[in-house]
Amino acid sequence: MPATDAHRAINAIYRIESPRLIAGLARMVRDVGLAEELAQDALVAALERWPQSGVPDNPGAWLMATAKHRAVDLLRRGKRLERKHEELGREVEQEVSPDLDAALDDDVGDDLLRLVFTSCHPALSLEARVALTLRLLGGLTTGEIARAFLVPEPTIAQRIVRAKRTLADARVPFEVPRGAELAARLSSVIQVIYLVFNEGYSATAGDDWVRPALCEDALRLGRILAGLAPEEPEVHGLVALMEIQASRLRARTAPSGEPVLLLDQNRALWDRVLIGRGLAALDRAEELDGGRGPYALQAAIAACHARARTAEETDWARIVELYRELAQVAPSPVVELNRAVAVAMASGPAAGLELVDALLPEPSLAGYHLLPSVRGDLLAKLGRLQEAGKEFQRAASLTKNAPERNLLLERAAACARGESPPR
Amino acid sequence: MRFMVIVKANKDSEAGVLPDEKILNAMGKFNEELVKAGVMLAGEGLQPSSKGTRIRFSGGKRTVIDGPFAETKELVAGFWLWQVKSKAEAIEWLKRAPFEDGEVEIRQVFETADFAASDPTGEIRKKEEELRKKIESQQRR
Repeated sequence: MPATDAHRAINAIYRIESPRLIAGLARMVRDVGLAEELAQDALVAALERWPQSGVPDNPGAWLMATAKHRAVDLLRRGKRLERKHEELGREVEQEVSPDLDAALDDDVGDDLLRLVFTSCHPALSLEARVALTLRLLGGLTTGEIARAFLVPEPTIAQRIVRAKRTLADARVPFEVPRGAELAARLSSVIQVIYLVFNEGYSATAGDDWVRPALCEDALRLGRILAGLAPEEPEVHGLVALMEIQASRLRARTAPSGEPVLLLDQNRALWDRVLIGRGLAALDRAEELDGGRGPYALQAAIAACHARARTAEETDWARIVELYRELAQVAPSPVVELNRAVAVAMASGPAAGLELVDALLPEPSLAGYHLLPSVRGDLLAKLGRLQEAGKEFQRAASLTKNAPERNLLLERAAACARGESPPR
Repeated sequence: MRFMVIVKANKDSEAGVLPDEKILNAMGKFNEELVKAGVMLAGEGLQPSSKGTRIRFSGGKRTVIDGPFAETKELVAGFWLWQVKSKAEAIEWLKRAPFEDGEVEIRQVFETADFAASDPTGEIRKKEEELRKKIESQQRR
């Protein structure tokens, strides 16, 4: 096998094996950073040996055995230290399980879950959590993470080094939080994964306005999490939301590269496999107690669109209900505005306008161009073109985006001419 | 990226003989690994070609041909749809499958990017960038 092929194969094996490897080692040495270094050492050993010797039949076991040997060496060194610094030695002794093999083979799933919670620990900044999670659980290289987020590789490398140091300095225990802490920590994990997804779904930087690879990474993390925490409804809600949103990736871009909004999309391009998976995940969320959390509700709204064969078939009444529920569990003016749009679709523009008007005094929406833009739409539908024109003008003055401003000004101009504005 | 992993037919699958318990268990375990790793999107086994049908197209003419079909090794007996980071990863996963003989094929699925228009002048990209900003501000969900 040529060296490059061998390296490609070894890196692929490492991607498959590294989360389990790191998780198992982290339990042993009680330090995620050290665990990853041990795993990396094993990878280096494989890259040295396998191109000549060939890939072993069970490469995962080989990597684990190699990393374990290094860990044992380290621990022996720790024991020598014990003679010199008794106190430190005792600490090492206490923290390390006496039966290393048992420690490593016993329930990989629990270790992976510990790794998830450690990577998303609140001691870390959000961007550090994202980088560490992609690295340790997604098996992405520093270079891949850097390319995905369009930042220089050394930035990511440093971010990861610092994150590991923070975890070590703060003596973050390698464990799954319990009781009341679990819910808060789980929502931090979910937030990290959804952030990765959104960065791919509506990229905030770069030449591409979608980056499907990041969506795929997030989906994979979400699916892994669903396997590790199958009793958590919001995890299934998250997976459902991502699967259904990802099902539209192909339809969200016109051949010219132009974005296509939901109601204008060609539904034949929606990915039925992902929709099926998303609906199944939503069912699982709803079967569990507490299956009406913010992610499950957003997924349920996405599912209404996914189930409608045409835009006209959309069950707006149900969407209104779901937004009402969402506004209760996760109240926000933006959710309210979305609810108003759904109400307008379900019960007509006048009903929607009433809700939008109630949002006018909302300070957090004061500079938000979508408020006058939605209001303009509804006024135009009611034939109040003069008022609609003013709202479009106002929306145009608030947006920082040139093409959108042009569109809004066109609409304003149409209203001024007494014509109904273009979409 | 996605790969379809195509399992070919053999004498047993064509005869409608189900694999024995040992193989079924091993396959179940392998599928579980794929699911846990977030790799498996879908997977199905197909009934023998004796229950299948082909339609031959020739100009405007359609001819229905019922199975079974002769070329056993070329027939599809089952498939997986996997989402992985590289073809090398798909290969490494497939090496772990509990097959004892025969051949299994890995084929990459076309993605949106494969259909993207070529953009020698960078004009389309520039336009995309403008539109990206627009959609960002328009997107409600």
